[in-house]
Amino acid sequence: MASNQADISRFDERSLAELVNHEHETPGKAICIPSRTREVAMKAGLAFLLTLAMAFIALPVVALFLKSPLETTLRSLHDPMVLDALRLSLTTSTLTTIIVVVMGTPIAYVSARFHYFGKEIADSLIDLPVIMPPAVAGIALLMAFGRMGIVGHYLSAFGISIAFTTLAVIIAQVFVSSPFYIRQARTSFEDVDLAFENAARTLGASRVYTFLHVILPIAMNGLISGAIMAFARSLGEFGATIMFAGNFQGRTQTMPLAIYTAMQGDLDVSLCLSIILVAISFVVIIIVKTMTRRVIMRC
Amino acid sequence: MLEIDIKKRLRDFDLRVQLDIPRGKTLMLVGDNGCGKTTLLNLVAGLDNPDNGRIALDGRVLYDSGNGTNVPPEARGIGYVFQSYALFPHMSIYDNVAFGLRTRRMAASEIKILVKEHLEAASLWEIRKAKAADISGGQKQRTALARALIIEPRLLLLDEPLSALDVRKQATMRKELRETIRACGVPCIIVTHDLRDVACLGDQACLLEQGMIAQHAGAEEVLNWGLCTDF
Repeated sequence: MASNQADISRFDERSLAELVNHEHETPGKAICIPSRTREVAMKAGLAFLLTLAMAFIALPVVALFLKSPLETTLRSLHDPMVLDALRLSLTTSTLTTIIVVVMGTPIAYVSARFHYFGKEIADSLIDLPVIMPPAVAGIALLMAFGRMGIVGHYLSAFGISIAFTTLAVIIAQVFVSSPFYIRQARTSFEDVDLAFENAARTLGASRVYTFLHVILPIAMNGLISGAIMAFARSLGEFGATIMFAGNFQGRTQTMPLAIYTAMQGDLDVSLCLSIILVAISFVVIIIVKTMTRRVIMRC
Repeated sequence: MLEIDIKKRLRDFDLRVQLDIPRGKTLMLVGDNGCGKTTLLNLVAGLDNPDNGRIALDGRVLYDSGNGTNVPPEARGIGYVFQSYALFPHMSIYDNVAFGLRTRRMAASEIKILVKEHLEAASLWEIRKAKAADISGGQKQRTALARALIIEPRLLLLDEPLSALDVRKQATMRKELRETIRACGVPCIIVTHDLRDVACLGDQACLLEQGMIAQHAGAEEVLNWGLCTDF
């Protein structure tokens, strides 16, 4: 008991964990680990885990650069397959992002601000492509817009064919990347205080004017982050594209598809494309992080 | 003259209010949290719709469930100072105050003259380029009031305009607010929890309880209601 009181009097100098340990200590078996040692051990463990995780992510990326000498990479940049894939990927991803932003922004705003019949179902449908395996998305698109699909069947009657065209690449990218933008935009709109909207309305602004001059600028950083995420997702899209659009150089062969194709022949081309994709992804992450930090600082 | 005779079903009770406020008079609205004070302001401003009833301002019907009239908030000409002030964070003080004039597509030169006039009157001209987040509570309050007044409203609605200020600042701002409202000469409704606001700013006072007007009298009679402390 006296010992306990002495412990409590020194409580400010000793951790609670140490005190509990002392309580359960068996006389004659003094195996008490000092709290400082325990703290160091914990920090060392966490540092090891962090290093392991960083190595796990960094190693394959570093390996890409090490296994692909700069000279070879630069030479591969002149390969028509690389140039075609790069041009197609950047073009389709840019178009996809524009389509997703133009169509997704009003959808995200309505979803954030209004309640309507079936809203839960609509929101779930919007989020569905995030969890749907890309290959399944590709088959689903084929069944909808393919020549024998439920919509494609009617389109083919007018001589319009979507599957295995550049348009199919864009449709596949829009399908898989739109939730990334809409989810982020929805959250950004939800974060805009309703009082700003109300204030604008009482000052004489119509709904459209309020949206364009008040809500949109306040939510802008979040929208840009969402658009960048959608662009990145489009750029890396593989499964749905190969199923729905096929793998034709210059028409539907985007960079991920070109990497896959080159892997079976010229590894240098494959490495070159991979390095370009890694570089773009890295730039995207930095932009997103910068944008997010600006939003947090503003709040 | 503002005429209100409305009913709205809220979550826990019915809001039933019948009020007339003459031009140049200020009605102080007091009551517990959640009794429907802010909802009443929103209904008058057109930000929310009553279930039925009628709202008219200077003879112009803003809302009438009988014939389906419902003037949208942007066309009501009402100056509303929100409890949080709701200053647009991405705009400067100047742009905040100019906002209402820009929505009216007024010429830029005219906007500049009017905004300068209002900002100087509110001692804000020097900080016109500052963002809302970078100014003090008192400056925010004056900006929000200037923004509401510059559109020459026919009715003023103020939701706890002094509650975000510290006590010393409140006394100064209260006097400023009284003079500004008197100069406007339009009907005014102020929501407050502070009896000092009622005594200093009001001509009439209304005690709202569970959506009903429990007391309605001259502002000087409020202390006789037996409510000697803040609501």
